[in-house]
Amino acid sequence: MKPKRNWLELIVESLIRATGYSAILFVALILIFLLREGLPALAEVKLGDLFSARWYPIEEHFGLLPLIGGSLIVTLGAALIAVPFGLATAIFIAEIAPRWAREVLKPLVEILGGLPSVVLGFLGMVALAPFLRTTLNTPTGLTAFTGSLLLAGMALPTLVSVAEDALDAVPKGYRDAALALGATKWQTIWRVTVPAARSGVLTAIMLGIGRAIGETMTVMMVTGNAARLPVTLNSFFLPVRTMTATIAAEMGEVANGSVHYHVLFTIGIVLFLISFIVNLAASAVVFQQRKRAERLLS
Amino acid sequence: MLSRQLTQRLVFAFITLTAVTTVLPIVLVVGYIAWLGAPAISWEFLTAIPFNGMKEGGIWPAIVGTLYLTLGTGLIAVPLGVAAAVYLSEYAKDNRLTRTVRIAIINLAGIPSVVYGLFGLGLFVLFLQFGTSILAGCLTLSIMTLPVIISTAEEALRAVPQSFRVVSISLGGTKWQTIWRVVLPQALPGILTGVILGLERAAGETAPILFTAATFFLPRLPHSVFDETMALPYHLFVISTQVPGMPIRVQYGTALVLLAFVLSMNVIATVIRSRARARRQW
Repeated sequence: MKPKRNWLELIVESLIRATGYSAILFVALILIFLLREGLPALAEVKLGDLFSARWYPIEEHFGLLPLIGGSLIVTLGAALIAVPFGLATAIFIAEIAPRWAREVLKPLVEILGGLPSVVLGFLGMVALAPFLRTTLNTPTGLTAFTGSLLLAGMALPTLVSVAEDALDAVPKGYRDAALALGATKWQTIWRVTVPAARSGVLTAIMLGIGRAIGETMTVMMVTGNAARLPVTLNSFFLPVRTMTATIAAEMGEVANGSVHYHVLFTIGIVLFLISFIVNLAASAVVFQQRKRAERLLS
Repeated sequence: MLSRQLTQRLVFAFITLTAVTTVLPIVLVVGYIAWLGAPAISWEFLTAIPFNGMKEGGIWPAIVGTLYLTLGTGLIAVPLGVAAAVYLSEYAKDNRLTRTVRIAIINLAGIPSVVYGLFGLGLFVLFLQFGTSILAGCLTLSIMTLPVIISTAEEALRAVPQSFRVVSISLGGTKWQTIWRVVLPQALPGILTGVILGLERAAGETAPILFTAATFFLPRLPHSVFDETMALPYHLFVISTQVPGMPIRVQYGTALVLLAFVLSMNVIATVIRSRARARRQW
């Protein structure tokens, strides 16, 4: 009986180990297939053309700059909105709110996280865009700004919950010490708790922005999808076209294996690299923080 | 110079206001869709096949499609995700390999959904020749959902006190018996919460199924896992952007059904979590 048990043990353990490692396999697979389908574009399109300012696939103009610019401006706008609102909400939930308010707010933020992006995009299209068009008096409501507003909403749940966790993890002793020295509650929050949680807060901001730059359906539905380089300040109130929206809108209509098809995968590679860098940086911060915490505790 | 107390009062008022401004739109969005979508909901709308260019009839194939995709994703992602979480919480040593696994999981969580769509198209639809199918869609959604399930399940497993394991081992249980009979049952509510939240995301996603599973219109239900399918999120996208003259009532109705589907999963997860917390003996 005993050897049998050991065999089972061994099999189960190796299965579990294999699934544990599978995450690495999946990341590798994703990268491999993006490269496999996307790299041929570099042979088919001149590098100079990829970095031109004209995206017009029908005439074989594959300039990625307007799309990268579109993604950047929409994400920048989203960050400018989401960071202050998100941090204020996180501070409120973690430090200021009475217990009952916390019990109401946290599930609400979670609901926002669960809202399908296509539902937000739909509402943006039929309700927010017409409203913004009349209030801002712009020719169209489908602009980078509309996209930023909604993307901020999509980035908020990540930002709030990660930042709130970071604030929560600050040892109570820190706050008690500051309060005992005569600091007010706000001085304690601003000068002790938030600085102590800064790496977690930074992670929250990075992950939130990462979320925003990768969002697809919402931006595709509300930003108007005009591929033009956003160079002037009023670009915020003009239609733009992001990398994600371009893939989503055009992949269904291209022939498999065509130049256009390969270029769309190249955009996928760019997006993959951006999210890879953002998340690597975010996890580096987390690991560093853990090491420092271990040093402090030892 | 303001007194410190006054500063605090002003700042707190400002932060409270900001937090309310942040959260209020969520209530408004849900309420708005419920208000405008409710008139479209009828038995026919929920259970009929669409006809007349999808302007009439119901959204039954889209509802069924989303159910299939969500369940299929669960079938694949739950065993994989929970096993990976067991590995991380019970077996993994703190070494370079484990750190690489963790970084891989964090990266999986951050990859844009449309990139998952590209990947699914490249690997499942074209390379493995599953075609645009429920199977390809479920596989794509599974990998996307995996990081959510792994991280919440790991958290739930780690929350089980060490003493439970020690007692089981000291009674002669093997490591696997301990995990299977003691740790997993204790962590079950937490794992379930994570699973539902992960599947909630899968159910609402459009971009990953855009090129892997979804089809514009299907006058019947899918017959096998190799069939294309309609799905609620993609259907909403289609009728709100691609079909001219689509009655707005139908659009809001579809949005409401999708929202109700997703939010009810959210509510179930929240209920399981709070009940487990109340009942927990450690």
